[in-house]
Formats: sequence, C-alpha cells, structure tokens
Amino acid sequence: MSDALLEVSGITMRFGGLKAVDNLSFTLKKGQLGGLIGPNGAGKTTVFNMLTGVYRPTHGDVKLGGRSMVGLRPYQISHHGLTRTFQNIRLFKNLSVLNNVLIATHQHARTGLWAAVARNQAFRKEDREMRERALDLLKIFKLDGKADEQAGSLPYGQQRQLEIVRAMATQPKVILLDEPAAGMNHSETHSLMETIARIRQDFQLTVLLIEHDMKLVMGICENIVVLDHGVKIEEGAPERIRSSPKVIEAYLGVEEE
Amino acid sequence: MLKSLKAPVLSFLGFILIGVVLEFGFSAFIQITALFVLVNIILAMSLNLVNGTTGQFSLGHAGFMAVGAYVSAYSSQHWVPLPESLGFLNFIIYAVLAGLFAAFFGFLVGQPSLRLKGDYLAIVTLGFGEIIRVALLNMDFLGGARGIHAIPTLPEGWGLSRFMSQYLFGLFWTVTCFFVLWRIIHSSHGRALLSVREDEIAAEAMGVNTTSMKVRAFVIAAFFAGVAGAMSAHYVRYISPSSFGFLKSVDVVIMVVLGGMGSMTGAIFAAILVTLLPEVLRGLQDLTGVDLRMVIYSLALILVMILRPKGLFGEMELPDLWRRYVRRSS
Ligand SMILES: Nc1ncnc2c1ncn2[C@@H]1O[C@H](COP(=O)(O)OP(=O)(O)OP(=O)(O)O)[C@@H](O)[C@H]1O
Ligand SMILES: [Mg+2]
Repeated sequence: MSDALLEVSGITMRFGGLKAVDNLSFTLKKGQLGGLIGPNGAGKTTVFNMLTGVYRPTHGDVKLGGRSMVGLRPYQISHHGLTRTFQNIRLFKNLSVLNNVLIATHQHARTGLWAAVARNQAFRKEDREMRERALDLLKIFKLDGKADEQAGSLPYGQQRQLEIVRAMATQPKVILLDEPAAGMNHSETHSLMETIARIRQDFQLTVLLIEHDMKLVMGICENIVVLDHGVKIEEGAPERIRSSPKVIEAYLGVEEE
Repeated sequence: MLKSLKAPVLSFLGFILIGVVLEFGFSAFIQITALFVLVNIILAMSLNLVNGTTGQFSLGHAGFMAVGAYVSAYSSQHWVPLPESLGFLNFIIYAVLAGLFAAFFGFLVGQPSLRLKGDYLAIVTLGFGEIIRVALLNMDFLGGARGIHAIPTLPEGWGLSRFMSQYLFGLFWTVTCFFVLWRIIHSSHGRALLSVREDEIAAEAMGVNTTSMKVRAFVIAAFFAGVAGAMSAHYVRYISPSSFGFLKSVDVVIMVVLGGMGSMTGAIFAAILVTLLPEVLRGLQDLTGVDLRMVIYSLALILVMILRPKGLFGEMELPDLWRRYVRRSS
C-alpha cells in the first residue's frame, strides 16, 4: 500500500459507553475521490473529527503520507496538508468573504509580526500576493464579486461553497468535505459536484466526501466506505455498494432520507 | 521603511498642536486630565486587542499596568542610563523596560487562556491582578502599602515646559501604540487573531495555532499596559498598590465595551469619553451641591448599552462609519 496517501487503521472513538466509530480502516490513494456514507448518526463526522485532530482516537492510527497524525493538534495536521469543511458551517461569520479565505492562507505567510508593524516591502508584497491568490480561489465558485461581503450574510449554498474555498486556501493535499451539498437543491448539487471533480483535477487533490444522497455519491466517487453504527459494513466501487445487501438493509431503515 | 514611518510621524506632529493649545489655554488640572486621556487610550487600545480582536475576556489589565508603573518608577529612581541632557530618552527607556516586564507577565497570564474561556478566564485574570496588588503590598523595597513617592518626571528643557514634555512623552507612546496595534490587526496576523474570536475549531482546521495567537495577544497588550503604567507613574509621581485595583481593570473593560469590541477607534473614543465625562460633570456638582457624577456616569453607560448593545462604534472603525454615513446621506 505504498501509494496510499491517507491510511486509516483501526480507529475507534468511544464517547462514554457509546462506540461512535468502531475499528475503522480504509485508505485513500493520491488523487482519489472517496466517499464516506451511512445513515444518520453512523459516525461519519466523528471520523472526520478524528482525522483532523479535533478528537484523539481511542485506538488506531491515521497516517498522512506515511506520517502518523495521531496526537497532533488540528492546526499541525492542517500544516501537513489535511483540511476539511464542516457539516454545520463554521465560517468566520462576522468577517468578510475575502478575510475568511485569507485566514486560511496565513499558515503559509513568511513575513512576521515585525514586518507587519514596519509595513516593509516584503510584507506589502506578500499581502498583495495573498489577496490575489485568495481572489483567484474565490473565482472557482464565482464568489470573487462578493469578496467584501460579510460571510454570514451569504445565502446558505454560497456559505457552503465558501467553506470549500477556505479549505482550498490552506493548499491541502487531502480535503475532507462534510455534506457539502446539504440544503442545496438538485441543480445546485449537480453543479457543486462538477466543481468538486474539476478542482480535484486542477489542484491534484485527494478528496473524501461525506454525503447522504446515495445517487450523488455513486455518480462521482471511485471508492466508497459505508458506515453503520460506527462499523464499516461495506467498501468498494459504486457498483459493488449498489448491489450490497448489507448496504440496502442499512439504508432501508432510513428510507425517508 | 521611511515611507512606513510617514503616517506615525505626521500624526505625532499633528497632535502636538493639541498640546500647544492645552499649554496656553488651559489650567493645570485640565492638562493633567489630558495626560490621563492618553494613558487611558493606550490601556483601552491594548485591552481591545485581547478582549475585542481575539475574543478573550481579560479582567487583569490593571495588573500589567501596575507592573509597568513600578518597574518604571523604581528604575527611574535608581538608574540613569543616558546623560541629563538626553533626559527625555531615559524615560522612553524606562517605559520600554516597564513594557517588557509587563509583557513577561502577559506571557504567564496568557497560559491559562489556552484552557479557559469566557467567565473562567475573566476570573483567572482578575485573580492575577489581585495577586500583583497583594504582592506589591508586601514588597518593602517597593514601599509596601505606602508605595513609591517622589518619582522623577519628565525634564523641562529644550524650551519645553514640564507639561509639554510630559505630553510629548505620552503622545509618543499613544501614536506608537496605535500604529503598532493597527498594523498588526490589519495584517495576516491580525486576521489570525480575529479567527480565534470567531471560531476556534475552524481556525485550527485552517492551520491557525490558536494557543500561540492568544498568548501573543496577551503579551502585546500587556506590553502597552505596562507602558501606560509607566506613563501614569511619571505623571502622578506617586504610586501605591491601591492605584491599580480591580476597579481600574473594570474601567478599561468599560472603555472597550463602550467603544465596541474590536474597534480600535471606538476604544479611543470611549477612553476619551470615560476620562472626560466625570470631570465635565464636576461642574454640575458645584451647582447642585451633591455628587451626582457617578450616578450620571452609570446611567449614561446603561443608556448607551441599551441603545447600542454592540458599543458606540460596533465592530467598525471610524473610517467605515464615515463611509457608511456618507453613503446613507447621499
Ligand atoms: N462529542 C460527542 N460526545 C458524545 N457523543 C457524540 C459526540 N459526537 C458525536 N457523538 C455521537 O456519536 C454518534 C455519531 O455521530 P456523528 O456526528 O459522527 O454521526 P454522522 O454520521 O455524522 O451523522 P449525520 O449524518 O447526522 O451527520 C452519534 O450517536 C452522536 O450522538
Ligand atoms: Mg455528520
């Protein structure tokens, strides 16, 4: 498995008596678009929280490019190139759209506090470059025209898009998207998925996607992991998932989804 | 480098004018009040970095101020680094020393902020301020409860009156503090501080080291609080632990909240208001014979917080407010 960029082995998360995730293993190859699906409360978001260092797994290991991420702080994991979006949108609501993106570029800033105070050439040059880069990224979702608006005042769908742009600004190797299409209508979802496929190409990203909409996941993901009650019940290509009796059973219980 | 000094130097020169007006047109009482406006502006701007920009709740600003005041007072009595003719610069050196000591305490107090939030942090920082005060009470070489008397003040000379050189000293630090903080806030580092206030989990996920950001905010703010303490020591020429009690910290918090959390120009405006209002109301006391100052002051505060719960300036800076006003009226 030397070509695995993200290697998850046997991670478990207990909350008191509840095993939210139980001994989960999977890998993502470089450039792959993976899917993580499962009914409500299956433990998907908890997996993301463990991968990004919000929670420390009770057991198991997470390796990015061969290096263990367990025990690192979230910001360190981000510096290693693993970033995410949030299911329950966590933008910097009171700040401008542009500032949201700029904050994510801060980890690459080379000029320090003194340069900022002195407003020297190096600082001004870097500040200009950061802004240009941020505006370029905003163009992915045609948000550059809204750069000066308050992030919290954007319509819901655009807030989700901004979350993706902000995550992209960290220059990640792997990006985890937690229900990026939640609350979007059919056509919005469709164009979102096209954009995700495109940025994966353009930025040579590896993507792991949580999504409720089975059809959608089947449409674009190459490898899918199915969770139910914290346990992996199936993994493989879309065709395999579609015909798996276990998956059908797990999802029949939540048909209204 | 020279270009970036232009704005600070010009503002320094511009505000000398106010000093000249005060020098020739006003009483000694009003002059000392003006000096304290400068002290309070620095306190409010620096606390705003912690409470406003970074979203931490510190109630210990008077503690840092006390550290600075004592360091500057003590060193000015025992140490003269430069010859008399450069007396003014000596005081700058004392103030820098005061700031550095205070910054060190800022670093220490910043540590609990890594774990604590909101009310809990407020209580810890409040405790810090009290510890400093009690420690000073028990340090005999610093005068204990009697404090330090006969603190040297800025020298006359170069054709400047005592007030004028005190004013220039304060103005130098106010302008320095303003530009340092303004430029930090309006840089990538400042945006990182803001992200801590907005959402720590998201900030971390975007690669912001939130703990180091909080400590930085505390250290920088404490530095300037220490400088403000040094200024007040050399203005009043007498300090004691009781000059830096809990109520002083509350005063500064009031200025920040009143001005609008996160607004530097709001903090400045509020600092001026809060310093001048009780003095202006003093005239009223002469008329009525009862001291209604604090009653009116409190009522004014309550009124502002009801009418403008986000503070006078909200989160906006003066130029933003101006632009909005122009847009509305056109
Ligand atoms: N911090 C926590 N403390 C206790 N229990 C938690 C915590 N976080 C999640 N859980 C529980 O873990 C389980 C998995 O939650 P998780 O949010 O990972 O599910 P999910 O698959 O993302 O669900 P959804 O599709 O609704 O987003 C749930 O039962 C949830 O209540
Ligand atoms: Mg979830």
